[in-house]
Formats: sequence, structure tokens, C-alpha cells
Amino acid sequence: MEGITNRPCGGRYGDIVESIGNTPLVELKRLSPKPGVRIYAKLESYNPTGSVKDRVARGLIEDAEARGAIAPGQTILEPTSGNTGISLAMICRRKGYPLKVVMPDNVTEERTQLLRMYGAEIVYSPGDQGSNGAVAKALEMAEADASYYMPYQYGNRANPDAHYNGTALEILEELDEVAAFVAGLGTGGTLMGNGRRFKEHDPDTAIVAAEPLQGELVQGLRSLDDGFIPPIIDLSLIDRKIFVSNRDAVVWTKRLLEEEGLFLGVSTGAVAAIATRIAGELDEGNVVFVSPDDGWKYLSSGVYTKPIEQLEDEGVLESASFW
Amino acid sequence: MSTIKIPPVLRPSTGGDREVSAEGANVGEVLRALAVQHPATEGQLFGEDGTLNRYVNVYLNDEDVRVLDGLDTPVKGDDTLVILPAMAGGR
Repeated sequence: MEGITNRPCGGRYGDIVESIGNTPLVELKRLSPKPGVRIYAKLESYNPTGSVKDRVARGLIEDAEARGAIAPGQTILEPTSGNTGISLAMICRRKGYPLKVVMPDNVTEERTQLLRMYGAEIVYSPGDQGSNGAVAKALEMAEADASYYMPYQYGNRANPDAHYNGTALEILEELDEVAAFVAGLGTGGTLMGNGRRFKEHDPDTAIVAAEPLQGELVQGLRSLDDGFIPPIIDLSLIDRKIFVSNRDAVVWTKRLLEEEGLFLGVSTGAVAAIATRIAGELDEGNVVFVSPDDGWKYLSSGVYTKPIEQLEDEGVLESASFW
Repeated sequence: MSTIKIPPVLRPSTGGDREVSAEGANVGEVLRALAVQHPATEGQLFGEDGTLNRYVNVYLNDEDVRVLDGLDTPVKGDDTLVILPAMAGGR
């Protein structure tokens, strides 16, 4: 009987927090537009709580601890539409910090359940104000009560640093060159951290952002000045920034499942739509994209089981929050 | 003639119009043409120095022009400009 010839087991770790990262890079041969152009998905669902945010949450907390910014048992407060909250909930539970998360009330049920399971307290903000509303409410709460520590993923360097020091290095371990790196734009951490590392390695690597096209129902702003740009975002690192509708995101999420056997979250569909488009523009090279999570948390939305026309008729595409 | 899609937050300034047609060789010219048709949009789209308001994103079809050539980004006849408010992506 032959020994293990490919890779050893995923590693041996002192605790679950230490096992974060080192996720697989999987080639999507069926989606490649032409020989010589290879598309790879970095599957961040392999992290302990199932999303890329485990890297960020670990970075946020460990950075705060290293700087002496949090005391044992202090309550952590953070605006998050789910994944960051879930990651923080696991890590805070492990390390003994109570956690309050602020999120829009239109996220899928599974996210709420996971948060409660880990013992986090949820404060809801209006769904029609989207993430802007959650950020505003959390900032209000933090200002009113100095006993909270708010990591503030939108403005904290530890967020992109987790990618600069983790995700990007893992990718560069496996590939000799990266023609294009594609990721979703949320807080900006994935793009900024990976972007900075890839540009240092090779300035010709295209850094491409896929962003959600916010539906009109979600846009609920009174004026343009209610808008929000995460402080960590530096657009000079980004070469292309392309929006993707919920409809296209869902279409591609279904394609990933049907053609590549990958059961991934809806934001991954959006990123894959852009990654394959960029791949189509290249003559050769590797296109790498980050898949933030898998599909389990989005099952209740019907995206994986209902035809796109039915989802449209039911208004799911307009009102759901998939990012 | 390019089509400009107007987000809900700007529609009070266009008399409720969701789409406006305007001509221009680049994004800046098209937006200026919009401001001529609907003067109430000028102060919302542009800062005093004539640059794009930082909370406004303008897309050429589906690509943010800020990472292309900004207001100098060329526009072709059948292109659509989409104006959207800057929103934090959820996470």
C-alpha cells in the first residue's frame, strides 16, 4: 500500500483558532475559457466557522490583545452582516470575551442561528439601510458606552493584514504567477491585503473587485452624504471594479454547483462571474479568486433549489442580503 | 446619446426621472450635460473643485470609472452610465 503522496493531513494545531487558514486552492477546469488560462478558487469555507472572516476576526482580536487594547472579559461590539460576527463569536467564546453584533434584519436565518449558538448577542439595524445602517448604529452605541471595544473591521489594519500575511502568501506558495486576483468588495480587506502583497510580488498582477449591485430596496439613503466608504480602501490598488447584480450572482452560484460540483455562497457566484470574464480577456495565465464561504447559510433563500425565474417572481433577488 | 441611470436618492433632483439621456465624449461631459438638464444634480454630483463627490460612484456600463480614467473615461454612443451611492458591502 502506498503512503500518502500528495499532501499530509491539514496540520496539527493546539486549538481551533490556530487552525485558521491554509485553505485549498482548487482549479476550475470546466470554467476555463481556453487552454493556457487557469482559474482557481481559494475555498475559504474550509476555515473553522466556514468563512474567510475567521482570518480577519483572529487578526482583529489578536492585534487588540497584542496592543493591550482589550481587557480580559471586556465586551466586544461590531457591525457585521453575519460572517464576521460568526467568526468573532467563535473566537470570543474561546477567549472569554462577551460579544454584541449589530446587523441588518434581512440577513438569512442561518446566520442568526449560528451567532446565537456561539453565545453572541444580536442588535438589529433596519434591513433597508443595509450595512451602512449597521455601521452607523454600532458607532452610535460605541460612542455612548466606553466599556465596549469595537474592532471596526472597516477601518482596522488588522483586517487587510490578515490577508497580506496569510491568504496571499498561501496562494503564492502554490502558483508561480498570478495574472489576475479577483475578490468581492465588502470591507475591502481581502482586496487590499491580497492586492498589496500581489503587487509587491508582481506589479502586473491585475487586482479586480467584484461588488454587489445594491438593489433599490436596500439603498434606503436620505442623501448621498449618508454614503459610506470603508477607511481601509485605497482605490489605487484596484485595477478594475465591477458590479454584479443579485441575479448574475445567483446564476453563477448555480453554475459552480452544476458544472464544478462546488456548493458555495452567493457572493462567490458574483466573484466567479467576474473571474471568468477576466479570464476570457487573457491569452494565458492564472486567475485566482477567493470564495468567502459555502452555501449552507443561504439554503433557506431557495437559491439552490428554485429556478431563477421563480426567485425573481418571489422577489428574493430584490430583497435578500447575500453579501 | 448615452443613457444615465439615476439612483432613488437622486431622483428628486431629476423630477423623478429614473433614466436621463445625455451626450458627451467622456464621463465628465455626459455628467455635465445631465447637470445642465437637471441643475439640482450639479451640487450632488460634483464638489466645488469640479471633481466627483466622493460618495458618488459612476459606472461605465458596470465598471467603476474611478479605477479607469475617472471623469476622462471615454464614453461610446451606446454606453450606459450608472450612478450609485457609495454603500458599504456587507460582511
